[in-house]
Amino acid sequence: MSDLDAFRAEVRAWLEANCPPEMREPIRDEDDVCWGGRNFKFKNAAQKQWLDACAAKGYTVPDWPKPYGGAGLTAEQTKILKQEMKRIKARSPLDSFGIWMLGPALLQFGTEEQKVQYLNPIARGEIRWCQGYSEPGSGSDLVSLQTFGEDKGDHWVVNGSKIWTSYADKADWIFCLVRTDKANKYQGITFMLFDMESKGVTTKPILLISGNSPFCETFFDDVEVPKTQYVGEINRGWDVAKYLLGHEREMISGGGAGGDMVSIGGAFAKAFGKNAAGELDDPILRAEMAAFDVDVFAYRAMGERFMDMWKTGRAHPASSNMMKYVGTELNKRRHELVMSGGGSDALEWDSEATKGGARPRAWLRTKANSIEGGTSEVMLNVIAKRILDLPGA
Amino acid sequence: MPLYHNDDQAMLKDSVAPFMTEQAPVSHLRKLRDGADATGFSRDLWVQFTEMGLPGMLVPEAHGGLGMGHMEAGIVLEEIGRNLTPSPFLATSVGAVAALAKAGGTQAGRWLPAIASGEAIVALAIDEGAKHRPDRIATTATRAGNGFRLDGRKSFVLHGHVADMSIVAARTDGGITLFAVPRDAKGVTADPRRLVDSSLASHVTFDGVELDADAVIGEVDAGGDILDALLAATRTGAAAEMVGVGQGAMDMTVTYLKERKQFGKLIGEFQGLQHRAAHLYGEMEVARATVMKAQQLLDEGSEGAKLMVSVAKAKAGRAANLAVREGVQMHGGIGMTDEYDIGLYMKRDRALAEYMGDVHYHIDQVARMNGY
Repeated sequence: MSDLDAFRAEVRAWLEANCPPEMREPIRDEDDVCWGGRNFKFKNAAQKQWLDACAAKGYTVPDWPKPYGGAGLTAEQTKILKQEMKRIKARSPLDSFGIWMLGPALLQFGTEEQKVQYLNPIARGEIRWCQGYSEPGSGSDLVSLQTFGEDKGDHWVVNGSKIWTSYADKADWIFCLVRTDKANKYQGITFMLFDMESKGVTTKPILLISGNSPFCETFFDDVEVPKTQYVGEINRGWDVAKYLLGHEREMISGGGAGGDMVSIGGAFAKAFGKNAAGELDDPILRAEMAAFDVDVFAYRAMGERFMDMWKTGRAHPASSNMMKYVGTELNKRRHELVMSGGGSDALEWDSEATKGGARPRAWLRTKANSIEGGTSEVMLNVIAKRILDLPGA
Repeated sequence: MPLYHNDDQAMLKDSVAPFMTEQAPVSHLRKLRDGADATGFSRDLWVQFTEMGLPGMLVPEAHGGLGMGHMEAGIVLEEIGRNLTPSPFLATSVGAVAALAKAGGTQAGRWLPAIASGEAIVALAIDEGAKHRPDRIATTATRAGNGFRLDGRKSFVLHGHVADMSIVAARTDGGITLFAVPRDAKGVTADPRRLVDSSLASHVTFDGVELDADAVIGEVDAGGDILDALLAATRTGAAAEMVGVGQGAMDMTVTYLKERKQFGKLIGEFQGLQHRAAHLYGEMEVARATVMKAQQLLDEGSEGAKLMVSVAKAKAGRAANLAVREGVQMHGGIGMTDEYDIGLYMKRDRALAEYMGDVHYHIDQVARMNGY
């Protein structure tokens, strides 16, 4: 038995012993997702038990080094852990912007002290982070951001506002791009970290077309931030931001972008009924769903190849932009088909039978997939410029 | 296994890619075409293939081959695709070898060493109409004396007029049986037709062809699994070749975008073209990954291979088709000229798209395999 086979056996046994049966059920509602944080209310004991077990083992962040709360697994071991979790349909123990975004930034740019201080609470699900990037006037053109931190010697005084701050109203801390030099566009931004309970921070949820409010406007009114709470160098926060945007696209690429990566037609055939030949009883919808399934299975292979290459440094550094573009466009297409397949049932907005209009709300939510984290058009610009090396792009 | 080429595979690519570019670039195809070549490929080139061990890549070592897998064959096919190289590699060294290796027995013992040594060209006689419908085979093999009598018509048989042997799928009493039919068998007539990509494919008629009992590949009535192996290998190979065709067309087009000026600008500066080129890049990358996944699953003998093979043929078909269409369009007027190579890519893509099931066929298969 190879080392990896032995590891797989060990992981399998550990999961069997530690993953509660409730945590092997599909995610049904928003509160089935564990986000952690100071104010998080666990839905049930199993959710907390699963988080604690994984945190103790380092499995909320398996590939982070052990001193920072990880398990120090190699890329191959991490892949095996994911495969084994998928095999038993285990839920993610912890979803977290700290894991997905701040963590990688700190691992790359943070001091040893910062890594120990910030990463462990992230790994244990104790501190929930949000991201302060976009501003009302700075969307795709993010670098034009205006939120300003005035230098007061040992601290900054931050004024301005952010928009599309995911779950800002539920987050404990924010990692935030703040202009600290008005004369220098790219080298005038600092990547700051501060507590959302700081005086002068307010949040206001934004009601979206889905009827939900996952994003907030976040306002800073004379917020004092100690001058120790930044990542990388002062005025060089754009480097961190760029790295993180790449990482965010990688994360989206690694699984999230394509949405639920299973056959859509198989699920609908049950609802729709089949004809005598055993085919979904709507030939055009069947054809569209099958064409979509081809793209889903293809993208799944792409995701596997991308991660294999990314983790071993073989991928083009800009290829996560391609993954994000293809995956998010695919997910939007899925939800168009979900709506078509659902017919008038899928129009119901708040009925109990439709779980409160889950389908139309999810469908509308997916429209943001190709806007947030860089629009599809920006992704195409980046591919044209950095991968295809087209002129003037 | 990670989904990228390992060191050995990368080395294979490093030797095959320059070989193909130097010995069989697009100009090689043009030369054959303009010389009204009647074979469909260059036998001299096939000798060079043999010197590199390529015809027997997939042949098991016990039969004199290299015992490699579909991932390795795919590397060769991608280069064949990129250079539009005419060769019997796909039908003979991939499709026929997959069937013979799966079947074993007398025919495998006879033909696999001959394929590996470059002596034998083998054709695949599967299709009977203009569309690929392997579940509706009407060619019959009826018991006669100690052997069989073969009657029927096959179409789209690449290299059918020059192949030393054709693998023929026929209906027998209790199922499908594959036969090894030698070229000189009495009653076989091959009518070669020039296709849009300058290749030669035959309509082959079998009129009371008498075959010995040992012409059966595998067992009588049990050809279904062998045919499946042949189809899976050939489809995956065709998909790999299409990745090469698409990549070749895309590379040529992206290069052109950086050279051609209009309105005082390089046309590659226009966002209208940049976004289309970037979109194509994404589709080609996805197609490549998908084909590699199908190759990997085939090499592992995984149950999931069948689904992924159809996904790969469909996805590579879509992506390569986009590449050649965008290629011709972005080249503008010169894309319509015979002088420029981009049109040749469009022609080869069309032939490969049709070979062993088009996009629509495989999309339908994906639906069936997922229960709808």
